[in-house]
Amino acid sequence: MMQAKGKVFKYGDNVDTDVIIPARYLNTSVHAELAKHCMEDIDSTFVQNVQDGDIIVAQKNFGCGSSREHAPIAIKASGVSCVIAKTFARIFYRNAINIGLPILECPQACDAISQGDVVSVDFSTGTIVDETTGQRFQAEPFPPFMQELIAAGGLAGYIAKQNEKK
Amino acid sequence: MGMTMTQKILAAHAGLPSVRAGQLIMADLDLVLGNDITAPVAIGEFDKFGCEKVFDRDKVALVPDHFTPNKDIKAAEQCKCMRSFAHSQEITNYFEIGQMGVEHALLPEKGLVGAGDLVIGADSHTCTYGALGAFSTGVGSTDMACGMATGKAWFKVPSAIRFHLTGKPGRHVGGKDVILHIIGMIGVDGALYQSMEFEGPGVASLSMDDRFTIANMAIEAGAKNGIFPVDSQTLAYLKEHCPKEPKVYEADSDAEYDRTIEIDLGSIRPTVAFPHLPENTKVIDDVGEVKIDQVVIGSCTNGRISDLRVAADILKGHSVAPWVRCIVIPATQKIWKQAMDEGLFTIFIDAGAIVSTPTCGPCLGGHMGILGAGERAVSTTNRNFVGRMGHVESEVYLASPAVAAASAITGYIADPEKIGK
Repeated sequence: MMQAKGKVFKYGDNVDTDVIIPARYLNTSVHAELAKHCMEDIDSTFVQNVQDGDIIVAQKNFGCGSSREHAPIAIKASGVSCVIAKTFARIFYRNAINIGLPILECPQACDAISQGDVVSVDFSTGTIVDETTGQRFQAEPFPPFMQELIAAGGLAGYIAKQNEKK
Repeated sequence: MGMTMTQKILAAHAGLPSVRAGQLIMADLDLVLGNDITAPVAIGEFDKFGCEKVFDRDKVALVPDHFTPNKDIKAAEQCKCMRSFAHSQEITNYFEIGQMGVEHALLPEKGLVGAGDLVIGADSHTCTYGALGAFSTGVGSTDMACGMATGKAWFKVPSAIRFHLTGKPGRHVGGKDVILHIIGMIGVDGALYQSMEFEGPGVASLSMDDRFTIANMAIEAGAKNGIFPVDSQTLAYLKEHCPKEPKVYEADSDAEYDRTIEIDLGSIRPTVAFPHLPENTKVIDDVGEVKIDQVVIGSCTNGRISDLRVAADILKGHSVAPWVRCIVIPATQKIWKQAMDEGLFTIFIDAGAIVSTPTCGPCLGGHMGILGAGERAVSTTNRNFVGRMGHVESEVYLASPAVAAASAITGYIADPEKIGK
């Protein structure tokens, strides 16, 4: 899954982990349960409208707040294929990579892309294309080990695969 | 090129003579922490590694503090998962209800963190232990699982912002006002990926509890960690609580900082963060008329004994406004007993407040004080995001224990200075 294509859900600055997955739903870690409440407190219709492959585009400091890994898990389990933001809060950044949710920092793309646009992303080259407007943007591509890690579904799967190779 | 205090601790734990900002390192961990929300996810990942035992049963701490005492059946199942892992792994530092406290108040009190330590915790407020001169930072459950399995974690060495503190806080100004003032100044991503290193002559005028509060909220500015130099107060605290020999690191005189921010503690006023970000701060003189429904005094930010003393001192001889629910939550069993022995509970109860057992509870909208639509709380906790304490249309105003107690009495956000004796 080194490419993604989907329709965009667009958000602003400082989308925090409490709106991504409110703590009242953290009494479970079942991925499908978490996905049912993804983005509930910022966009109550997200769960009804999101389809497999869709992409979240936001502004700065996406994922600020709590260290709950449930936040990237909820996003990934809801079917989202990629999050693009100007910057990510550091714990969210680490957690997203660790669970195999691709995320890219690309300020130009975040300014230009609109809600509902169809966007495609190639993670090996870092190219982001807004298929609706035809605009192209360049983000930092994932190094090969990161591509492998994401393909393995995250760090735990990656470590298990590395152990198999030994 | 010299190193910051944080960089020195990271270098020592990576077995390197020096490190520079941006460098990727693999470092040894002195402690790995998890709670009843994050540990079950970590345990699931840990099981995937095919690893039988944790790297060191003395260096893992598991604290059921968020949705405890179990708020519902699902929360009970999560606690059961963590308890059973703790028992099967023979984890030394598992704290059952009765021993438990809010993790970031509990670990220093139990002496589990010493100066110079490197700690990761699957809780964003793990940065609290920077008050003790340790490097500590929040991570997710997968990193916690890897840490439990290997005793190691990788880090990108952070650059730093230096906060040069001078002066002395005035009356009714504490650590909470200092950190809210700073977050208001630099914003919720003002220290993104960076260390916040506090230093200067003003540090001596901050109590250990003030420093815990300040380091605790470094994450609310996006920081990787917040850290204080080790001085005589730190050493006295560690001597009382921690059996480990302190490892004292100091920033080099030629350490490089991204910027230096001067903070005159004497000029800081009691400060309140308005909804829905900790950076939306106003000094108490500018808050206007904000009627409230609830006050929460507690949490890993402000549930320590000095916080309760400050609140009790203001509430003494007064009554909580009839339309306000005032909830006091001592952060640990030891603090609870101390507050009881000092007679603080009598003051709280006589004023019409309630005292809860230790729990994170309402801070994250878990239980023990959830807000309904349109309700407002003044809270000594650390986040005021949309829906943080309950309904998506509720509001949280972050403040110090002094402002929270004064607000409980008047029923409006209030200046503690204006409460008569």
